[in-house]
Amino acid sequence: MATAPDVRRLPRFSRTERALHWVHASAFFVLLGSGLCLYLPSLAQLVGRRPLLKDIHVYTALAWLVALALVILAGDRRRLLADAREIDVFDDDDLGWLRRRGNPQGRFNAGQKINVIVTAALAFLFTLTGFFLWYGERNHAFRLQNALVVHDWLMYISFFLVLGHLYLSLVHRSTRHSLSGITRGWVREAWALKHHAKWAAQASPDD
Amino acid sequence: MPDPLPSSEHRYGRRGFLLLVAGGASSLLWAGPISSFLSPLTSAGSQLVGNLFPVGGWRIYTISGSMPIFDPASWRLEVGGLVKRPRTLTYDQLTALPRAEQTSTFHCVTGWTVKNVHWTGVRFQQLFDLVQPLPSATAVRFVSMERPYDDSLTLEQLRLPDAMLALELDHQPLSRPHGAPARVILPEMYGYKGVKWLTKMEFVAKQPRGFWEQHGYDQNAWVGRSNGYGS
Repeated sequence: MATAPDVRRLPRFSRTERALHWVHASAFFVLLGSGLCLYLPSLAQLVGRRPLLKDIHVYTALAWLVALALVILAGDRRRLLADAREIDVFDDDDLGWLRRRGNPQGRFNAGQKINVIVTAALAFLFTLTGFFLWYGERNHAFRLQNALVVHDWLMYISFFLVLGHLYLSLVHRSTRHSLSGITRGWVREAWALKHHAKWAAQASPDD
Repeated sequence: MPDPLPSSEHRYGRRGFLLLVAGGASSLLWAGPISSFLSPLTSAGSQLVGNLFPVGGWRIYTISGSMPIFDPASWRLEVGGLVKRPRTLTYDQLTALPRAEQTSTFHCVTGWTVKNVHWTGVRFQQLFDLVQPLPSATAVRFVSMERPYDDSLTLEQLRLPDAMLALELDHQPLSRPHGAPARVILPEMYGYKGVKWLTKMEFVAKQPRGFWEQHGYDQNAWVGRSNGYGS
């Protein structure tokens, strides 16, 4: 007997994809926390220990880059490449969905595609400005006056982006089931048919 | 070459990524002027939300969340402690002392720097001559109107040629965010050693730990050689 769609599970994110997400997410929060303790006087005052916090910030950034590279090298690269291709392409349904016309969506909806693109750009720019901040202390030829300003702007942008991301994945009733995809790897077929109809119609259930 | 896409599909993803990266990387060139341009807005905002934002290249920090207000009529600078002749100076008396000028770079321990800052003020030796420190005095504790912000410098450090009690910034009397009416400037050290909104100088026998030192910051905040820099 076939299982009902509200119980059937569709595999959404592989281990590699989930590992990439969680490496990125956990590093982000450590970097945000340590960065704010270095940046905001009220937190700097509360926490103190500036050299330790600076070490935590710099070494977390390094560990984040190494972990991302390891996940890509040791993980399912074919799958990641397929993700990149999927995120690269916006079809008429994506554009319609962005205009709130409710067009059916693939495995990533247009908003998620934009989130990945912006997050990837932020990661690159954080790394670039962070490098100039770190290396500029050692070699003053690389000390760029604006690197700190840009690093801070990136923090504000990513902070609000993450707030929206957390709202949709933890709070908003109709979208929060997506959390199951990035934690357990699967989502309910009925939910997928509603939110990612084009992908759900083609995906094979787990059961 | 990627396969051509049907006309209903567009490769917007990588284009968007590259545009964002190019815009972000180029902002290393234009972020400063934009930040300065927005400074009136961020300055007003910073006073409302705990001083988070840069103000014309500067970032204004307070420890209590609000900046003290300088009233020329009631403000006094008390100079005392281990001295022969303790004095309490009015703003007019302080500004009547011989002036010195300098252009120096201001370094904050959080990593930002403002170059070519023009300061006008009084060399500490002028104040030393006025109150005549006792031989037992080795340092001065500076107390801000913003409680409990205080810090200290040794007499030797205060005799460095560019140590100054600043009264003007870029030819204008110090504004409220910059520590009106008087702040300590020692360009060789990070800014947290330069107490703003100064109201008291106390000569002491042993250099005390100031507000930030009690929170784990270095007593001698030499630029590039303290607080985890260059170590």
